[in-house]
Amino acid sequence: MAYLGRRGHLTLVLRNLAQLDMEQRRTAGAQANQAKRTLEEALARRTQELEDARLAMSATQERLDVTLPGYPVTGGRLHPTTRIIREVCEAFVAMGFSVVEGPEVEWDRYNFELLNIPKGHPARDMWNTLWVDYQDPAGQQSMLLRTHTSPMQARVMESQQPPVRVIVPGKVYRYEATDATHEWHFHQVEGLAVDDGITFADLKGTLYEFARRMFGSERKVRFRCDYFPFVEPGVDMSIDCFACGGKGSGCRICRDSGWIEIMGAGMVHPKVLAGVGYDTAKYTGFAFGLGPERIAMLKYGIDDIRHFYANDLRFLRQF
Amino acid sequence: MKIPMSWLREYVNVDLPPAELAHRLTMAGVEVGEVTSIGGWPGCVVGLVLAQGRHPNADRLSLCRVSTGTQELEVVCGAPNVAAGQKICFAAVGANVFNTHSGQKETLKPARIRGVVSNGMICSSLELGLGSDHDGIVVLPEDAPLGMPLDQYLGDTILDLEVTPNRLDCLSVLGVAHEVAALTGQTVREPDLAYPELGGPIASAVNISVADPDLCPRYTASVIQGLKVAPSPRWLQQRLERAGLRPVNNVVDVTNYVMLEFNQPLHAFDLDRVREHTVIVRRARPGDTLATLDGVTRQLNPEVLVIADARDPMGIGGIIGGAASEIGAGTTSVLLESASFDSQNNRQTAQSFRLHTDATLRFEKGLRPELAPLALRRATQLILQVAGGQACQGVVDLYPGKDNPAPSLTLTMSRLKKVLGMELPLPQVERVLQSLGFACQRRDPATLQVTAPYWRSDIALEEDLVEEVVRVMGYDTVPTTMLSTPIPYSQPVPIVTLRGRVQDALVAAGMQEIISYPLVTVANLEKVRLWDPERPPLSVTNPLNAEQRHLRPTLRASLLNALAANQGGGDGPFRLFEAGRVFLPRDGQLPEEREVAAGVLAGRRGETSWLIGGDALGFYDAKGVVEWLLQHLGVSAAFQPSDDPCLHPGRCARVLAGELELGLVGELHPAVCQRFDIRPQPVAFFELYLAPLLQALPQGERRFRPISRYPAAIRDLALVVPASVPEGEVHQMLARHPLVVRVELFDVYSGAGIPQGTRSLAFHLHLQSSERTLTAEDASQALQELLSSLERKVGATLRT
Ligand SMILES: [Zn+2]
Repeated sequence: MAYLGRRGHLTLVLRNLAQLDMEQRRTAGAQANQAKRTLEEALARRTQELEDARLAMSATQERLDVTLPGYPVTGGRLHPTTRIIREVCEAFVAMGFSVVEGPEVEWDRYNFELLNIPKGHPARDMWNTLWVDYQDPAGQQSMLLRTHTSPMQARVMESQQPPVRVIVPGKVYRYEATDATHEWHFHQVEGLAVDDGITFADLKGTLYEFARRMFGSERKVRFRCDYFPFVEPGVDMSIDCFACGGKGSGCRICRDSGWIEIMGAGMVHPKVLAGVGYDTAKYTGFAFGLGPERIAMLKYGIDDIRHFYANDLRFLRQF
Repeated sequence: MKIPMSWLREYVNVDLPPAELAHRLTMAGVEVGEVTSIGGWPGCVVGLVLAQGRHPNADRLSLCRVSTGTQELEVVCGAPNVAAGQKICFAAVGANVFNTHSGQKETLKPARIRGVVSNGMICSSLELGLGSDHDGIVVLPEDAPLGMPLDQYLGDTILDLEVTPNRLDCLSVLGVAHEVAALTGQTVREPDLAYPELGGPIASAVNISVADPDLCPRYTASVIQGLKVAPSPRWLQQRLERAGLRPVNNVVDVTNYVMLEFNQPLHAFDLDRVREHTVIVRRARPGDTLATLDGVTRQLNPEVLVIADARDPMGIGGIIGGAASEIGAGTTSVLLESASFDSQNNRQTAQSFRLHTDATLRFEKGLRPELAPLALRRATQLILQVAGGQACQGVVDLYPGKDNPAPSLTLTMSRLKKVLGMELPLPQVERVLQSLGFACQRRDPATLQVTAPYWRSDIALEEDLVEEVVRVMGYDTVPTTMLSTPIPYSQPVPIVTLRGRVQDALVAAGMQEIISYPLVTVANLEKVRLWDPERPPLSVTNPLNAEQRHLRPTLRASLLNALAANQGGGDGPFRLFEAGRVFLPRDGQLPEEREVAAGVLAGRRGETSWLIGGDALGFYDAKGVVEWLLQHLGVSAAFQPSDDPCLHPGRCARVLAGELELGLVGELHPAVCQRFDIRPQPVAFFELYLAPLLQALPQGERRFRPISRYPAAIRDLALVVPASVPEGEVHQMLARHPLVVRVELFDVYSGAGIPQGTRSLAFHLHLQSSERTLTAEDASQALQELLSSLERKVGATLRT
């Protein structure tokens, strides 16, 4: 104020310039302006310094304990089975399959007979069945909880002509005591492709592509002969064990084999095609089925299938 | 099925290591579950006890002089059964044997036992790890070659096969030998079936007839007289044991042996107990009973096929024999049966008696009748060999089913290509089939006429031959291609898509998905007040748990059980939902499987936090989730007071979209919570039915609404309305005004300052025009209009 205010020394100096001659005025004026700028800059700097100090002071006083927890956000999660089913379906949808679903309570006819498993067939022992208490007036039909998602194969083909390319996720049921690897209630994803010109080679290609999408592009797959009454030839697909890298020895996950079975498959049995009225000379196809719980167990290292439907939040919140 | 490699080698050369053989079999469809080796006895050889005498310092020990063929050694032995002249398993110093005390393998050291040096050990089964029998040393047959390493003499590898139901043939050693031969390029040596027939003509020894040929297409039998029943020789016992069967006596053991060898179950009757030496294969008569070999007396019915003598059943055909005609120590004449039985009837009878035997395991899958006489001759030959006696001349062979021969199948190269997607030359296909024992004839350059060998019952179609070819060649030889057929046109299934959107929206609203068992108990349904004995839900006839047998008509019980099970984990928040099906019975049809999404919310609103208080989740939380979900789906719905026996009477609303009832939202009735022992109160609940929700979805895409370029005027409006007027009604009236673009309720109040029987509702109103900037007068006028219409319709006044 003493220098720059209206009555300040410098202001007065500048005002008094008028009383000097031109040469003196120019010199004195320049000097005075120079002095004024210097002072103004110093003042601005000082003001900034003071402001910074004030902010620093208040910031210090307003400091938060950043280690305190933030506002809790409660997120929800999908059940791991739902997640895996979605992943599986996405992989097949990308290959032209569409997702359909079928009834969980079924007739014997769809669950067995149309799948080349007639009454009294020894292969029925492969599926221990939960039967529904139902008295058919005609004494013909038995009702049951479907033991696999395969009945939808017959239902889809009954309702349409080829080409067929569907994927069927859903619940299935078995009359089976539970332990770490067995549940009486679990899920399956079934697949079916039928047309003129679909081959075993296509089956291999499609399932290989699925394995790569689901388990990574470096995954190796192995196809071996297996038996399911509704396919011929029958296939079991394994992937190389990701726990031991396919070495096998001493590995609990793959039981020393280096391979993990993940899917049953095969070329649709001609009797199944004929059963729904398809021309077996013209049409061929393949079918496959896999268990999402098993895949989740492998992917996430879950050691007991009974965790899935016990609905313990300590389990569910991990996925 | 356990296959000892030593037995397998009798019929086929195996050059591959066991693990490699197991791999080849597994790849070809005969899965080998486990490979177990017997042996691992370096330093152990076949020895001979030259002399046995008393240990000088211990009565119960003996001092033996043992030859190993190259050496003679002094050995102390504690077994009571050791004797001079025995061939024994000798473990030299340095050998690795099991210590009977520790159960661990240890290296044998020279030992001084009661003052005498023992230079090795005469082994019991326990020390060799062969069994638990420690009563005495293992005595080997006299012809055991002295000095032969024990691994070579006694060692073996057992392949444990997990045989699929179609591969009946692989329940036999010969069947597996044929498989191995095809996979490794070897040939099978089938056993010789000849034997001397020194007895009288069989027709004079026994009289057999088949009264019910529909259930018994072939019955063959032989008679051996003057034999002696005794324990089997060691080789026979050992093979049975390694294959998992228990030796009984020489005659019974031979029937089992031949079953394991050829797959054909056989049965031996004591001929002297067969009345009038007459056998009739017939259906049981009403009142027939039979005491079977397992010690049970069974009531028979005419569905059961029996093997009877002149008066009574002696056995259930192809299932189990009777105790009366059992082979015993006194048996000297045997009637040996090798027959074919109807597979369906066999399976039904076995199931009705809950009797699953080694015989039914095979008969129920349909053995070929060609097997019966082969196995009969083989078994007769072996009985003569191990039990002595004389066989009658000829055999009985009744074959009423011989007019149904094995089918001859046509296999075209074009079909192979159509199924497999690769070309195969006919000679190669022919070679593969022949290696499996199939008879092939070339019909033309691209067609084979094929007949399956007698041990295969699973070949009925051309596709079966395709599998045979490709599984032996290896699935690896098939190329890998991507589908090249047209992608079918399809629309996503709307309800499946909707369920996915509902799951996603609920998860986004902080809800945790659960999946629970669809079978529930009556108690569960009673607890949620949905058990109606007049209209019970569907149930399962053979539940795993007697109570948990009803197909759920509601998700409520499952959710509450899940909530109750988790409340031990803290005070919440618990936000659980399930999107699943409930089952509603329909006459004469499959039940309706109704898609429902339901949720419960209970406990603290947020995780325990220093930032916020711990108020509890309640009705408006459940409603908020439902509102969020409906908004997410673009469905506008109304909430109408309602009631439900499961829910709190004053805290329950139906969710309506026009006429469509979309679901319920409410708080659970406290009594229901109490029955589930749920501590947090209240428990908010919602339930949405996906089928009507699907109908309520907006048709077509959302339409963009232009954003007004003119500013909005915000006014507060505090109303006093009768307490009976629902907020929703006031809200809707405000929202309907043309200038009102948004209504926000910010306060609800009743109490001091406003009249009894009324409450105050305070709103922020956003007023906006798409045509111009509203003036203060415009806004006041709008408020005036709203106020007067509210006053008229619901008796609202301005709160002053
Ligand atoms: Zn592994």
